[in-house]
Amino acid sequence: MIKTFVKCIREYRTPTLLTLFFIILEVFLEVLIPTRTADLVNSIKAGDPMGGVVKMGLILVGMALLSLCCGGGAGFMGAKASAGFAKNVRGDVFRRIQSFSFENIDKYSTASLVTRLTTDITNVQMAFMMTIRAAVRAPLMFTFSIVMAWRMGGSLAATFLVIVPVLLIGLIVIARKAMPAFHSVFRRYDRMNESVEENVRGMRVVKGFARENYEKEKFAAASESIARDFTKAERIVALNNPLMTLCMNFNMVFVLLVGAKLIVTNKGTTIDVGQISAMLTYGMQILMSLMMISMIYVMMTISWESMKRISEVLNEEPSLRNPENPVTEVSDGSIDFEGVSFKYSAQAEKNALDQIDLHIPSGATVGILGGTGSSKTTLIQLIPRLYDVTEGSVKVGGVDVRDYDIETLRSAVSVVLQKNQLFSGTVRENLRWGNPEATEEEIREACRLAQADEFVMAHEDGYDRHIEQGGSNVSGGQKQRLCIARALLKKPKILILDDSTSAVDTRTDALIRKGFRDYIPETTKIIIAQRVASVEDADLILVMENGRIVDRGTHEELMQSSEIYREIYQQQTKGGEEDA
Amino acid sequence: MHKSRGEMLKENFGAIKWTLKKFFGYYPRLAPLAMICILFSAIVAAIPSVFIQKILEVIEKWVESGDWAAAKAELLPYIFLLIGLYVVSICSLTLETQLMAVMTQGFLDKMRREMFNGMQDLPIRYFDTHQHGDIMSFYTNDIDTMRQLVSNSLPSLVRSVAIVLAVFFIMLWYSLWMTLVLLLGVAAMFFVTKTVGGGSAKYFMRQQKSVGAMEGFAQEMMSGQKVVKVFCHEEQSIEDFDKVNGELFEVSYKANAFASTLGPIISNIGNILYVGLALVGGVLILTKAPSVSLSGMVFDITVLVPFLNMSRQFTGNVNQLSQQINSIVMAGAGAQRVLSLVNEAPEVDDGYVTLVNAKVLPDGSVTETAEHTGHWAWRHPHTADGSVTYTPLRGDVRMVDVDFAYVEDKPVLHDISVYAEPGQKVAFVGATGAGKTTITNLINRFYDIADGKIRYDGININKIKKADLRRSLGIVLQETNLFTGTVMENIRYGNLDASDEDCIRAAKLAGADDFITRLPQGYETQLQNNGANLSQGQRQLLAIARAAVADPPVMILDEATSSIDTRTEAIVQKGMDKLMEGRTVFVIAHRLSTVMNSDVIMVLDHGRIIERGSHEKLIAEKGTYYQLYTGAFELE
Repeated sequence: MIKTFVKCIREYRTPTLLTLFFIILEVFLEVLIPTRTADLVNSIKAGDPMGGVVKMGLILVGMALLSLCCGGGAGFMGAKASAGFAKNVRGDVFRRIQSFSFENIDKYSTASLVTRLTTDITNVQMAFMMTIRAAVRAPLMFTFSIVMAWRMGGSLAATFLVIVPVLLIGLIVIARKAMPAFHSVFRRYDRMNESVEENVRGMRVVKGFARENYEKEKFAAASESIARDFTKAERIVALNNPLMTLCMNFNMVFVLLVGAKLIVTNKGTTIDVGQISAMLTYGMQILMSLMMISMIYVMMTISWESMKRISEVLNEEPSLRNPENPVTEVSDGSIDFEGVSFKYSAQAEKNALDQIDLHIPSGATVGILGGTGSSKTTLIQLIPRLYDVTEGSVKVGGVDVRDYDIETLRSAVSVVLQKNQLFSGTVRENLRWGNPEATEEEIREACRLAQADEFVMAHEDGYDRHIEQGGSNVSGGQKQRLCIARALLKKPKILILDDSTSAVDTRTDALIRKGFRDYIPETTKIIIAQRVASVEDADLILVMENGRIVDRGTHEELMQSSEIYREIYQQQTKGGEEDA
Repeated sequence: MHKSRGEMLKENFGAIKWTLKKFFGYYPRLAPLAMICILFSAIVAAIPSVFIQKILEVIEKWVESGDWAAAKAELLPYIFLLIGLYVVSICSLTLETQLMAVMTQGFLDKMRREMFNGMQDLPIRYFDTHQHGDIMSFYTNDIDTMRQLVSNSLPSLVRSVAIVLAVFFIMLWYSLWMTLVLLLGVAAMFFVTKTVGGGSAKYFMRQQKSVGAMEGFAQEMMSGQKVVKVFCHEEQSIEDFDKVNGELFEVSYKANAFASTLGPIISNIGNILYVGLALVGGVLILTKAPSVSLSGMVFDITVLVPFLNMSRQFTGNVNQLSQQINSIVMAGAGAQRVLSLVNEAPEVDDGYVTLVNAKVLPDGSVTETAEHTGHWAWRHPHTADGSVTYTPLRGDVRMVDVDFAYVEDKPVLHDISVYAEPGQKVAFVGATGAGKTTITNLINRFYDIADGKIRYDGININKIKKADLRRSLGIVLQETNLFTGTVMENIRYGNLDASDEDCIRAAKLAGADDFITRLPQGYETQLQNNGANLSQGQRQLLAIARAAVADPPVMILDEATSSIDTRTEAIVQKGMDKLMEGRTVFVIAHRLSTVMNSDVIMVLDHGRIIERGSHEKLIAEKGTYYQLYTGAFELE
């Protein structure tokens, strides 16, 4: 998994390495500075001529300035490297999602993908910054300080033999105990927030059933129990601070007492006052670096979940691939299903489509009817190869769809999805999805065909009108007509409307179909509909149930032969005929 | 748009004060105790410098003779005193950190509940006018900034200020000149904090915005991913994404660059200051310059060493302070938002007519009873003479000349009069925005009418307690909201006292039993994420079952069967008919087959009822309804 992420550093390798370089230098300086200051203090004490003191002082100031540059540089480069790293990870995740097939997309919810692109990546960015800055700094600082303290303090350094193991073991025990507790409570915390969201979303239900108090009790119980468990975990972590202080205090007492003894008994020959103050500084640095290591550990475990979620997407293989030597030309709009069976996942017991055989000649209009769950949508999604068949083959223009270049195929087969969507931007920008090079005249032509031109032009901004996210500022019927226009702009050989006129009134619906007949007669049209009226005049009507085509024929034929078709027809027209 | 940190702090100062007041209000004894502990350990932390000075004095005194025994005798009292102080300070530190852990989580729990409880009592208008994402961030981001304030900023502010002050006085005790030099360095630090820190706060705010933009973009693209695939639009959307991603990178990089260079700069100013102090100290010692100090002590090496250590402590804590400012500014903004939620005016309810279990007396009159009888009555106390009357619950709803506007001066309903007798089915049809849903919003008092009257069983609904009014109305909305829990729990939401049998009966009535029993765990199947594992139609059936188990005399069905295909609808129609039997029902539907058999159909247009009557009558009139029916008009 780590490898997946290391690959994302790419062009930010230099800033990353520079960060490391600056940090190593900075640590080096930070460790040297106490020694030099000890020298300075001693030379002052020895009453050196002022010149020597000033010289030493200047060296020290120089070192501090250098360390400032290194520290600043490390901070700067670290920020650049980690923000760049996050940018790359985000880009990779997004690109990977773009390469997903429908099957891959079905696996993830929208919300979970958004979380991966935002919160999870932010977590990983923080962890990365922490790693390149502290993960090098802490162990390095620790080692340097120990070495320097040993060289300088001699037996005084024995103090570290006590405090380092004590602190280390203490920190490990605390982290070990606290982390699992945090993990479980974090997850529950997320769930609590989800339930708040549920409450906000369902506020009309809550108030409609006068369940405010019930909701309050439910929330209070959740909130309280989370607070209880959080407190437990935080109380363990809160021991860090006293433990650290204990070690620092011990260091202080030890250095003062033993140091004093050493100085006095040796009459100041082996060790001096300056060294005592340096030892105190080293002690501090050693303890701080241990503290930092434990913080890295905590940070890494927190971001581990995020990393797992991200690499899940990055390592998800797109289930559809372009064939080698693909066919890049679709000859006509004929469609053949030959013994096609399909299931959404290998584990599924039932086939979503079962033994479908079907021939649709180029230029025909086909209507599909059937209840929810009868696999109408599944059937048409196989034509532009949004999914691959489990058995049999689907052919477009006489060639198996798996042999086509995917982009060629999908440009020739235009689908208006049931759950369709417009994107924020102008009407024109949305339509250009169908064809980026479409001229103004082509756009208007498509809109006229989809009966959308009139209402678009009725707005003062016309084709420059801004569409809000999700198309929330146009009505359902208008949205559907724009989606049809967008699909028409592809100039497809096959046009598929998956329940795309459900919110359009019957008169407009009829006009759209008439337009199809008159202006794009060569295009094969497949129309899935709830309304019999939408498919009545088709060359071929398919009635589907439970993944099979149970009846097929023209309207007249089906009225004779198909019980289901008659039932639907009567259901939708009764009353109307009584009064007519 | 981009305010300076100072301005933001000033603006939200009230909210910060409010947060702290809440915190100390929740823990009137423990919180001050914790603060005292902090002060104590802070002062103890400043004291060792004094000891070092004393001990060095002793060393200096005996280093010539090398007489350790004598030195030891002088040293030990100091050492023991120091150890004693340390022990006490660690105890107080432990107490403080444990207290803070307990109080922080307790505080958050109480704040969350206060927010949530307040939110439950807000009128629907609030939820209609605020984005859900915004409301959610009260519970995530905003409360987190408050946690930062209480658990980090507050203690470290108290500690740092205490240490800085204590150290400052000790320094003055030793030497005035040296203290002045130190102050010079501190001034430099403040300057750096202000410029660099200000930049970081500015970019952090921008980063928040960029993150928001990224989230919006991701949300839109991820939910439209299938459309992207169908149009082979991948390249273009990658290009768009790279733009948003690039912007986020720019600000995120700058925000973090400012933030992470601040620390090293301040601490190295500390280093330079340290050297400067050592040099000045050296000069003072060598030149034997006259010392000015509170103690009147001579300035020598035994003072210089602890003084240098103190300068470290001093700058370290100034650094701490500078690091806190960003989170205090953020906390101010967060607390301000939380405060605005808590201060939001709750839904007013002056209703005094309540719904009670009723018993019919032998003489035919109705009276109240404690046990569940299956009969209900409105209990109507009259303040004038102190008497109480009981009206049986029947489900008679009348609207007389009702006007209504969501926003003043933009009326959406005019002169609406509707009479629904018990057991009648009233349908509303009309285009989107004609005001159909608004009418139902008024009956259950999600919104209050501007003019006119609505009576329920002859009682003005303004006099009825809202909870009781709503209990007497069952609603099924187009957008189905289910809650995390089992199917059974979701049905029971309609009536918390319902037994399992009651719930199953309601499900059968709604035609939901069939698919529920086919779920892997039947009625015990866990629903998650608003019932994401169910189809839209199945969720609507559950919502109908949920309303059925409440068994209210009046039902409002707002596009309740819109996602059920016509064949399935025909199948559940029987159940629906049974469900509607004997109840007053308001139906909104765009599928005319659903409304056809209503007793009366109201055709709404721009907030007015333009046609009313039975299906047959309206068809015969060949008006708007006829046109809708024959499909000449678009409904959605």
